[in-house]
Amino acid sequence: MTSPAQPPGAHLPEHPDFLWENPEPKASYDVVIVGGGGHGLATAYYLAKVHGITNVAVLEKGWLAGGNMARNTTIIRSNYLWDESSGIYEHSLKLWEGLEEDLGYPILFDQRGVLNLAHSLQDVRDSVRRVNANRLNGIDAEWVDPAGVKEICPIVNVSPDVRYPVLGATYQPRAGIAKHDYVAWGYARAAHAMGVDLIQNCEVTGLETAGGRITAVQTSRGRIAAGKVALCAAGHSSVLAKMAGIRLPLASHPLQALVSELLEPVHPTVVMSNAVHVYVSQAHKGELVMGAGIDSYNGYGQRGSFHIIEQQMSAALELFPVFARAHLLRTWAGIVDVSPDASPIVGLTPVGGLYLNCGWGTGGFKATPGVGDCFAHTIAHDKPHPFNEPFTLERFTTGALVDEHGAAAVAH
Amino acid sequence: MQLIPCPWCGPREEAEFHYGGQAHVAYPEDPSALTDEEWAQYVFFRENPSGPFAERWSHSAGCRRWFNAVRDTRSHDLLAVYRAGEPMPEVLS
Ligand SMILES: Cc1cc2nc3c(=O)[nH]c(=O)nc-3n(C[C@H](O)[C@H](O)[C@H](O)COP(=O)(O)OP(=O)(O)OC[C@H]3O[C@@H](n4cnc5c(N)ncnc54)[C@H](O)[C@@H]3O)c2cc1C
Ligand SMILES: [Zn+2]
Repeated sequence: MTSPAQPPGAHLPEHPDFLWENPEPKASYDVVIVGGGGHGLATAYYLAKVHGITNVAVLEKGWLAGGNMARNTTIIRSNYLWDESSGIYEHSLKLWEGLEEDLGYPILFDQRGVLNLAHSLQDVRDSVRRVNANRLNGIDAEWVDPAGVKEICPIVNVSPDVRYPVLGATYQPRAGIAKHDYVAWGYARAAHAMGVDLIQNCEVTGLETAGGRITAVQTSRGRIAAGKVALCAAGHSSVLAKMAGIRLPLASHPLQALVSELLEPVHPTVVMSNAVHVYVSQAHKGELVMGAGIDSYNGYGQRGSFHIIEQQMSAALELFPVFARAHLLRTWAGIVDVSPDASPIVGLTPVGGLYLNCGWGTGGFKATPGVGDCFAHTIAHDKPHPFNEPFTLERFTTGALVDEHGAAAVAH
Repeated sequence: MQLIPCPWCGPREEAEFHYGGQAHVAYPEDPSALTDEEWAQYVFFRENPSGPFAERWSHSAGCRRWFNAVRDTRSHDLLAVYRAGEPMPEVLS
């Protein structure tokens, strides 16, 4: 028992070592990164590790990875249609494959494969085309028939008697999931160890420019001068870019997800269905993790409407009748920055020294290592990395869109 | 579920409505005269504010008419609804 002379909890062991410190912001940095989600933290890590740029601050208005980074359903895959997308997503997947070792931190990266179901003749044609395109790009992909779907994931209902029968699926065996908050903490810890300042509760409220170049950011904790500023603000990208007079072709929408109570392992892979709008995996702990499509309206409130959850549940039950008795534990939403062609915007801006990384919408978790690496390169060299070169803001004027609605339509 | 006050039918459940994005974006009078930059702005670029936003809704499972609303995108509060063709009401943010 604790003696009355000791404060409560004094008998407990010491607090474990913190993974990073919480420094006061300095008056100036070589690079200021706005947004402490996965992309901001990964960018800081590769700036320090690959380019030796360590006088860097990551400014986060809330807490590290409190935005979409810890709200996503953690699906990682690279089976997009176009060469441009294959480049950056496959680069990312390869980095995922060595990330745990690179960061020296567990991230529970688990290559359990992903099935993207086809429910109509058009789905089948698009899927087979995507498999062929993936293979030409050296990405693992196969077309499997309904029996093959059943073999990979026995709990999927492949009966022809349902409203939208499963006609087959694309399968990427190297796809999988990881534990998103561990990924953020791993990057944060490693960036901090190389000298990056991670500054929480620090909201950027203004961007200062002079002679067409960025000079400083105004924040809730004072003015911070900056040689370069890199925006990694996901759902808030339009608000930040506007501070520098830049309009973005983005709409910020709520995107919801949910988990069930903990269950025995029943679901060995990841299953996604664009047509019925649901995607499901089972987390290591045992909860079923499910996501849906975006809410239709623009929203910054980190919550969406309940009928979206109802639709998602009915789709899940048709595909997985075995879930009928599972209880829903909690639902939540993030704010996703949706672009017109379902591809990201990563690169330079009309303002010198100001860089843009946004538009990942419903699917940027998988890109975390890849875009962190390429965006760091873009910032360090003031020039896009070849993998993000196609993803300019100018493509909406030139017409060189990278239309990934087929591969990205449902959130993921 | 949100209740959305259709200016013709009154408050109805959100599931009866279809979203139409930013309101008051006029079709260019002479599209062929636009530069690529102007055309891109018309086709792809929309306001995306965190706060009051004038937007279009259609009461697709009700009277099937389009109308405009000013909604705060942070709280989802509907600050005003008004019929197509009517000017945007003054709304305090
Ligand atoms: C429900 C849901 C499910 C998803 N599922 C998947 C999936 O399965 N697979 C996948 O690949 N992707 C998925 N995504 C998308 C993915 O989460 C995002 O694309 C990705 O997390 C965005 O990058 P980020 O981690 O840096 O974003 P965030 O974590 O949102 O980071 C942005 C940060 O910027 C901060 N910020 C904003 N404004 C300011 C300011 N003014 N000053 C300072 N800081 C600011 C925010 O607080 C936030 O922490 C999902 C998203 C959601 C919401
Ligand atoms: Zn009506």
